[in-house]
Amino acid sequence: MNYQQYLNSRISAVPPSGIRRFFDLASSRKDAISLGVGEPDFKTPYLIRDAAINSLIDGETQYTANRGLPELRDEISLYLSERYHLCYRADSQILVTIGASEAIDLALRTLISDGDEVLVPDPSYVSYAPGVIFAGGVPVPVRTCQKDQFRLKVSELEKAVTSSSKLLILPYPNNPTGAIMEESDLLEIADFVRKHDLLVISDEIYSELIYDGHIHVSFAAVSDMYERTITINGFSKAFAMTGWRVGYACGPEEIVSVMNKIHQYSIMCAPRQGQVAAAAALRMGRENHYESVLMMRESYDRRRRLMLDAFLKMGLDCFEPYGAFYVFPSIQRTGLSSEEFCSRLLQEKDVAAVPGTAFGLSGEGHIRCCYATAVDKIEIALERIAAFVASNS
Amino acid sequence: MTKLETSILDILQDDCRLPLEKIAVMTGSSLEEVAGAIQDLESRKIILKYSPVINWDRTDRERVEAMIEVRVTPQRDMGFDAIARRIYRFDEVKSVFLMSGSYDLLVLVEARTLKELAAFVSGKLSPLETVTGTATSFVLKRYKEEGVIFDQDESDRRLVISP
Repeated sequence: MNYQQYLNSRISAVPPSGIRRFFDLASSRKDAISLGVGEPDFKTPYLIRDAAINSLIDGETQYTANRGLPELRDEISLYLSERYHLCYRADSQILVTIGASEAIDLALRTLISDGDEVLVPDPSYVSYAPGVIFAGGVPVPVRTCQKDQFRLKVSELEKAVTSSSKLLILPYPNNPTGAIMEESDLLEIADFVRKHDLLVISDEIYSELIYDGHIHVSFAAVSDMYERTITINGFSKAFAMTGWRVGYACGPEEIVSVMNKIHQYSIMCAPRQGQVAAAAALRMGRENHYESVLMMRESYDRRRRLMLDAFLKMGLDCFEPYGAFYVFPSIQRTGLSSEEFCSRLLQEKDVAAVPGTAFGLSGEGHIRCCYATAVDKIEIALERIAAFVASNS
Repeated sequence: MTKLETSILDILQDDCRLPLEKIAVMTGSSLEEVAGAIQDLESRKIILKYSPVINWDRTDRERVEAMIEVRVTPQRDMGFDAIARRIYRFDEVKSVFLMSGSYDLLVLVEARTLKELAAFVSGKLSPLETVTGTATSFVLKRYKEEGVIFDQDESDRRLVISP
């Protein structure tokens, strides 16, 4: 039977993720050291896990409210106010989702009509462009580059914007580059957004992972951007809770209520135990000044310095990334493409990294290396990469 | 305690074999600053020893460990310190803690055989004049020590590549 004729052509036309091929390749090499992961190497702090365990023991196995447990939304409201000076009402402006991924999908489906253009920084997280297409929109990549520390520049936005542009996705701190946006950068973006009458999806999932004295500024807290911004965040990166799949979206009530309409028909609610654990994470964080987040951040920061130093010593150009847990060195001096570099590095040296092109065409000439890995493994991997670079220079 | 000192202690506690050069990079400090800070931590007796955590159960070395709860009569002007000093000088004694609760000192003892350990308790510890009673519990299995879990596969369960 030819199933192709039955499949949604818009979805069939989207190619599989560039990461998928590397996943298959790397999975087949049992001794490979992976710098290709996109999640913390810590387990969820035990007290958070314990809250979920107790919830199960107490028989809390029912649906929650569509928008999420009221106590979790209260905690999110307090957290955003305390950490990022954002004021969102728990009853009408916050929606708890299955990871930040669902929140992004809901925002895109809520805002995009057929043919709307969405400005997406390139390189960026793999889901944005396909998500825009699934929602009927047209993703328009906006180039970012190493000379600007991969920050989003208005000059590049102006080249990409048209009368059909409706939305800008603002994913900082950034995966895969580790770039951040300072307040002064965001003020320029705010002028651009106002000028072109755009809305913004600000994906701030790495907001807690920012280093060297830099401070995360939430886009909704900049100038008059509150009314134009959907803020997306979650628990995966800051609290090492990737597998729990809990995220949230906050924004103007009129937008969040439509997002909730899709959510209630398609999802019903995020899993209860994940929500209980997330509420515990924020409550404990508030009480102990985010002790575990701080401990993990310091640990990442040490490994960030170690990895950056090693790439610079190899003679590879590498800007200092101040956010997330990725280093994004340039491998152009080897003369290899990102794909070739990563394929051969895996086959010849048993080290897995992700080609920059998996995150967009502007990622060509770079590789993404995650430093959320044990120091001894990072050191072995870096030695192998150095040998590989030396033999290809 | 400076931020650099705290960072160095965290790093060394995790892996005390890490070269100074790496610690300097990881803390964003110079080699001299790190070397000086470590020397200072050693001279202030904050760092006492660089010692691995060993799972002896996986070796062929015969070894018996016990935790002994010791009740003692504190001495005038010396409190518990004098008797604790007498106890910790025995080679068999690995750790001594002054405790709150129903007994006074917790003594961790290691010997090659049960017979040796029994001889220590009955021949050396109990006869001390200020010791009024002991209760010995043998260690049957170690689950976690110095933050390291012994009995579980702690391998990385993450996907090798993820977005």
